[in-house]
Amino acid sequence: MIRRKSAPAIVPGVDLRAAAEAARTAPLRVEGSAKTALETGRTRLAFAGGIFLLLFLAVAVQLINVSFRPDAERIARAAPRPELPVGALRADITDRNGVLLATNLPTVNLYADARLVRDPDRMADDLARVLPDIDGPRTRERLKSRQAFVYLHRHLTPAQQFAVNRLGYPALKFEDGEMRVYPQGGLFAHVIGKTDIDNRGISGVELRFDAALKAGEPLRLSLDIRAQTAVTAVLRDAMAAYQAAGAAAIVQDARTGEVVALTSLPDFDPNRPETMTPDAMFNRATLGVYEIGSVFKIFNTAIALESGKIHVSDRFDATAPVQIARYTIHDLHPQKRWLSVPEILVHSSNIGSARMALDFGAETQRAFLGRFGLLSASAVELPEVGGPQVPPAPWGQITVATVAFGHGISVSPLQVATAASAVVNGGVFHPATLVARAAEDAAPGTRAISERTSRMMRRLMRLVVTDGSGRKADVLGYRVAGKTGTAEKVVNGRYSHTAVLASFLATFPADAPRYTVLVALDTPKGTPATANFTTAGWNAAPTAGKIVAAIAPMLGVEPAADPFSGGDPKNGPLMVAAMGKE
Amino acid sequence: MSARGFTRADTSILGRWWWTVDRWTLGALAILITVGMMLIVAAAPMKKGADAFHFVMRQGMFVPLALALIFWLSLQSPKTVRRVAVVGFAVALGLMALTLLAGHEVKGATRWIRIAGFSLQPSEMMKPCFVVVTAWMLSAHREDPTFPGMHIAIGLLGIVLGLLILQPDFGMSVVVAAIWCGQLFLAGLPILWIAGLALLAVSGGVGAYFGLSHVQSRVDRFLDPAAGDTYQITKALQAFQNGNLFGRGPGEGRVKEVLPDAHTDFIFAVAGEEFGMILCLFLIVLFAFIVLRGFFLAMKDDNLFVLLAVAGLLAEFGMQAFINMGSSLHLIPTKGMTLPFISYGGSSLIGIAVSMGAVLALTRRHPGRGDA
Repeated sequence: MIRRKSAPAIVPGVDLRAAAEAARTAPLRVEGSAKTALETGRTRLAFAGGIFLLLFLAVAVQLINVSFRPDAERIARAAPRPELPVGALRADITDRNGVLLATNLPTVNLYADARLVRDPDRMADDLARVLPDIDGPRTRERLKSRQAFVYLHRHLTPAQQFAVNRLGYPALKFEDGEMRVYPQGGLFAHVIGKTDIDNRGISGVELRFDAALKAGEPLRLSLDIRAQTAVTAVLRDAMAAYQAAGAAAIVQDARTGEVVALTSLPDFDPNRPETMTPDAMFNRATLGVYEIGSVFKIFNTAIALESGKIHVSDRFDATAPVQIARYTIHDLHPQKRWLSVPEILVHSSNIGSARMALDFGAETQRAFLGRFGLLSASAVELPEVGGPQVPPAPWGQITVATVAFGHGISVSPLQVATAASAVVNGGVFHPATLVARAAEDAAPGTRAISERTSRMMRRLMRLVVTDGSGRKADVLGYRVAGKTGTAEKVVNGRYSHTAVLASFLATFPADAPRYTVLVALDTPKGTPATANFTTAGWNAAPTAGKIVAAIAPMLGVEPAADPFSGGDPKNGPLMVAAMGKE
Repeated sequence: MSARGFTRADTSILGRWWWTVDRWTLGALAILITVGMMLIVAAAPMKKGADAFHFVMRQGMFVPLALALIFWLSLQSPKTVRRVAVVGFAVALGLMALTLLAGHEVKGATRWIRIAGFSLQPSEMMKPCFVVVTAWMLSAHREDPTFPGMHIAIGLLGIVLGLLILQPDFGMSVVVAAIWCGQLFLAGLPILWIAGLALLAVSGGVGAYFGLSHVQSRVDRFLDPAAGDTYQITKALQAFQNGNLFGRGPGEGRVKEVLPDAHTDFIFAVAGEEFGMILCLFLIVLFAFIVLRGFFLAMKDDNLFVLLAVAGLLAEFGMQAFINMGSSLHLIPTKGMTLPFISYGGSSLIGIAVSMGAVLALTRRHPGRGDA
């Protein structure tokens, strides 16, 4: 003990008088002070003990208060809306015109306090009568569980709630819930996506904008329900007519990058979980990446003209297939002659395109494809975005030659549409977006090619529709310009001649494009209507034409005469103008 | 001491321990630890899959360690307890300094340090050691005024508060400072000084209210529930009502599913919901008993160091219990604090074990006083 070190302890047997005398001397004054300190400490500790006793008494009283007297008023005040689960205010999603695409429905969930259940079998039978879709055996088992809280059925309608209440079982109770509802069914399935059972976004813009929607900020999409309905209907018909394995269509505002319609088939209904197979959930328009084929010649031609190395009247030798290393590049419709730049596009010559690309070279090719947004994933506001598969740099001759006609590089259909918009809209690249913006909030975009090249590309693409493989895409009065693409798909590691991805990129009106349309059909079959051909000119092109015919009037594009044509289209002034000096 | 005690004491260390240790406190602690283990099973967050009992298993590893620590410490003499506290205090301070450099951040504060796969909070180990060291300094100063115990105690408090505020851990700073002031009060500080300290505490509280936004928000929400989000406290109060007298039964609680800190700060609400008011009252009585019984024993002892150390350790124990239970019951503004021996958390369990081991050691009857 420390006390013994500083002063001798009072031990039994010491003379009390001696101690009293000692207390007057200096060292023992300390002892006396320590004694006083001990006494003070004891008194004060008793005081502290009293305080602790009071504190614990207060806790006990409060515990009894809270447990016994459910002070309803105070609890209600403490929680403004205790009956609503967190996130009850998930915001709506609308199309660009304010049409409701996703909203919340307040519902009730049925649960039971199984400790209060007397006759589980009878209760299960009664419940099955008013809720026919309830799982009988499972309900019985849960009612027998003796647990205080067992879910029986989610999302009851008011009528069902009334019927359950009428059964009169005190053990049956309701909990407030909410349900995400998609009034348009599967029409916008791939864009909007889905929420889980707790109303958290798990795909599409529901996931991408989950935080904002949870915070109650409504989302207005750039999509137009009228265009979406028309595009989906036409595409569904086409998929059935050509017995395709899948299909995708995109309509994009060529001047702003806003996506007006986006459909991927097969699709699903977010209100019906049984329709959500992996194949139906796959977004072919944004997540799938494909070797897109000849549609890429749009970009190749634009790069050639923009590079300054190639003039529109230059001719390239397409008399025989090109040999590069151990590869040979053929034409599908060999012309076996020298072709001008417009002829290469109109006849979709792989040989001519490859020779053009080899002329302007790998550096130029990569730089411009980058400016068109084809070398990086689309910026569109979806979680389901596929990154392009780009050959590693540096690109050798064979890569340059195949990329020229859209092989050896895989991109998503949305990337193609967005890049083509930049080619035809005057040369400015706008990233694809699904969110409606006021005109003044629109992103300024970045220049990809010159105004002049863009104008020339519109003429050449119009030529493809008037004189080339895209004739079936033409719509009287709407001056469709475009390009077909029939890419052989890789099946078991080899290019297949029968399995193709047929696509058509259209833009209209050709003189001042408002919209870009991309249609892609996965593995279409030849039918009598297509003369057993599977090439894009026979299936994707007419589908794109039908889409243009359906949406152009509703999107306010005015029909007019073709300013480019005016004579015999075969050797008319357009071709002459295109090839002549400008 | 009685002849019986004397002979028992001579037979073995264990025998002597059994006959000198305060068996009432020992029994209360044993019950508390048992109930705590049961409540952890009830309240620990369930992980899906093979690791469903992750939290229970982790706590299960710490409980034997805590028991061993309590037992070993309670075997020691007051002098050894003091030495252990000094060494422990130095080590804990070093680790706290290290935490600032190499610790990992959780929810905005750097309080933990990773040692052999476990996250350790050195400040929890520091608390009891600091209480014992302060008691020693104050009592030494009292018995020999030439010894600068008071100055050392003030200096140490400054170091501890500095390290805690750098983490930052304001809650623990307040608790540590309050206990320190309490010990000063018990050591016989003049009433005028006490009034001054109380004034300082009040102005500090007001300063914290206006200077720290989260303190202000918690106090506002306590005084006016409509002022902000009172989701946690609402759910906790509902849990007590759901539980009522006997509780909904083990595993039937819902509050643990909606409160993220159900296994630590709101474990009392889980106890209320699943086991009912009676068990909760029993817990309150246990806490109060341990504190008051310890105070009583400290008062009987004729050693100022023992009095200051035991009172400090138990005041900290009682204050922590009061803040935790009071928070869940909407008696005081919410402040995250573990419920001793009940809440999940290895560091706090070890810290409390050190406290209680020391209390048991210091409150042992001293046959012949020769073992000091």
